[in-house]
Amino acid sequence: MKTQAPALIIVLLLATARAVAAPAWMASLNDAGVELHGFAEYRYGLRTQSDPVEEDASLNELRLQIDSPWYHDLFTAQIKADVVYDDLADDRSDVDLETGQGWLDLRQANVLASPLSWMDLKLGRQVLTWGTGDLVFINDLFPKDWQSFFLGRNDEYLKAPSDALFVSLFPAFASIDIAYTPRFDADRHITGERISYWNGQRIAGRDSVLATERPDDWFEDDEIAARLYGTVDAYEVALYGYDGFWKSPGGMDPATGKWLFPELGVYGASLRGPLTGGIGNLEAGYYDSGDDRDGDDPFVNNSETRVLIGYEREALKDLTVGVQYYLEHMMDYGAYRRALDTAGLPADTARDEDRHTVTLRITWLLMSQNLVLSCFTRYSPSDEDVYVKPSATYKISDRWQASVGGDLFAGENEHTFLGQFENNNNLHASLRGSY
Amino acid sequence: MRRAVWMAVMMTSMSVVARAAELTADEIVAKANEAAYYAGEDGRATVSMRLSDGRSREFVILRKDVPGGLDQMFYVYFKGPADVRKMSYLVHKHPGKDDDRWLFLPALNLVKRIAPGDKRTSFVGSDFLYEDVSGRGLDEDTHELVETTDAQYVVNNVPKDPAAIEFASYKVWIDKDTFLPRRAEYLDQNGTVYRRVSSGEIQTIQDYPTPTEQKVEDLARGTSTTITFSEIKYDLGLNERIFTERFLRRPPREVTQ
Repeated sequence: MKTQAPALIIVLLLATARAVAAPAWMASLNDAGVELHGFAEYRYGLRTQSDPVEEDASLNELRLQIDSPWYHDLFTAQIKADVVYDDLADDRSDVDLETGQGWLDLRQANVLASPLSWMDLKLGRQVLTWGTGDLVFINDLFPKDWQSFFLGRNDEYLKAPSDALFVSLFPAFASIDIAYTPRFDADRHITGERISYWNGQRIAGRDSVLATERPDDWFEDDEIAARLYGTVDAYEVALYGYDGFWKSPGGMDPATGKWLFPELGVYGASLRGPLTGGIGNLEAGYYDSGDDRDGDDPFVNNSETRVLIGYEREALKDLTVGVQYYLEHMMDYGAYRRALDTAGLPADTARDEDRHTVTLRITWLLMSQNLVLSCFTRYSPSDEDVYVKPSATYKISDRWQASVGGDLFAGENEHTFLGQFENNNNLHASLRGSY
Repeated sequence: MRRAVWMAVMMTSMSVVARAAELTADEIVAKANEAAYYAGEDGRATVSMRLSDGRSREFVILRKDVPGGLDQMFYVYFKGPADVRKMSYLVHKHPGKDDDRWLFLPALNLVKRIAPGDKRTSFVGSDFLYEDVSGRGLDEDTHELVETTDAQYVVNNVPKDPAAIEFASYKVWIDKDTFLPRRAEYLDQNGTVYRRVSSGEIQTIQDYPTPTEQKVEDLARGTSTTITFSEIKYDLGLNERIFTERFLRRPPREVTQ
């Protein structure tokens, strides 16, 4: 079984090479009413320092994406799937569609219909996004793939798919979106398998892969997210609500040592619109940690208030600059510190009451927009840590694209959000052929 | 009696001719702007863009005018190449102030608001500028009628704020019968033509004379881009809801088919 998956990938890659090389063949397929697109991509990444608990290579994978929509008068169906040969994976044959592990990552498989003029329905596996932040998510509680993001896969892999019913209603006064996920879809969070992390006591990796207990009962461990939105002049206004679980581990069972996804409710709002020649955005949310409302359980996240202010404008021709300030304010901080004391947990790795973060993104289009240089920096003065993500993407032709980039972390301490990843600094490169 | 009618007809038509001859440069430019960017109440076209370096762009464009003014809404749905395929782009154009623009990235299911930009930057990496596609504000230049031929008006345009722009002036050749601009030449500070926009064959579609091919030549860089319009339709009765976030996220039938 283990040898079959690579063989299949080689066959598919040859098919892609043929497809890329033979547009006439694709055209005849298109004429027959079948739309078939996608890409083949090779991506390699290397740690810039050795990590005692991880491999030196951070990425070494071949990926073939197949994307096929089907338009019918009554509905649109779509399938998008990646066949992956991941040389660094321990087990390539065991496919897990939730975590994306194995040789198949099903990105989308859904049906979209408009049963009424004021209603859209999308059922199935889909990627969901809303909110106003740039790589800062307050009211977007749809699953993220932080592992892919920090390893330097293409940006689209930051979003993990949801298995959901997405209902959109368009009454005259506003628009309403409701996403119902019948079984909790967690983030594809850091586990230690590929990225080393702070496990509460030390930096751990492949020697101590995070054990989790994920709520997984259909229709019981479900999630519901809703958004009410509209525009006032050129300003977009939205209200959000969420009832579900912390998307990445937000608690631990001290008896078993397993990480948990405690209950979470989020209520928030956002505003986005033109501001002095650029675009301004404001977003806030209250995180109601249902399993630790009083904040006195040291093993479960406290409730939080999160606020984001952002501004983006074109500073020079083809050069855009975006800045954001982001605050995570822990509620019941006194109770949190007392609980740490009572449980005999160390105070020096305790969280700050206010975690401040600023981000800066510079995007520069060069050579007739065929070369895109981008650098995203996230710095926290309170955590004293920083993350820099530079990238350069060059469109060689309509079919071929090459990229290089990096993920660089630095921090004063090992236990902070970004500082824990200091041994995961990596540089990566990719070549993609599309069809 | 019959003679009196004839006299009246002749006098009326003579005064029309006389008035046409007396059109000011501002009036000609306003009519050209209307003919080039405001045909019908709405419109649709399939656009094929060919760049001289071999690259291409394929998209469908929908347009709807906002009644009672010059505001317009555009919806662009990209069909190729691969890196932009299935992206959709929405513009609420407000002549005289910044346009509102959104881009939908399907892989992330993300509606991104685009910061207002320099309108003289490249449109999707081609030799066309954003301003060539959406139109340039009439108040941004002073217009002078420099020549009238049997078939065309020639208008010279000088920017009111020369510091903000890369050209010193541009000249436009406008057909008298349709008021469609057929050629525009941009001059740099030395008076050299460095950029030329020209339109090819004109077809009359639902009574609206329509250019089906346009070409931009960047004479300084030696590059060019040709746009071909097909499947052009006007007055489709496009629903204004198409020009909202709903249809940005799920492209309407008008563009996917």
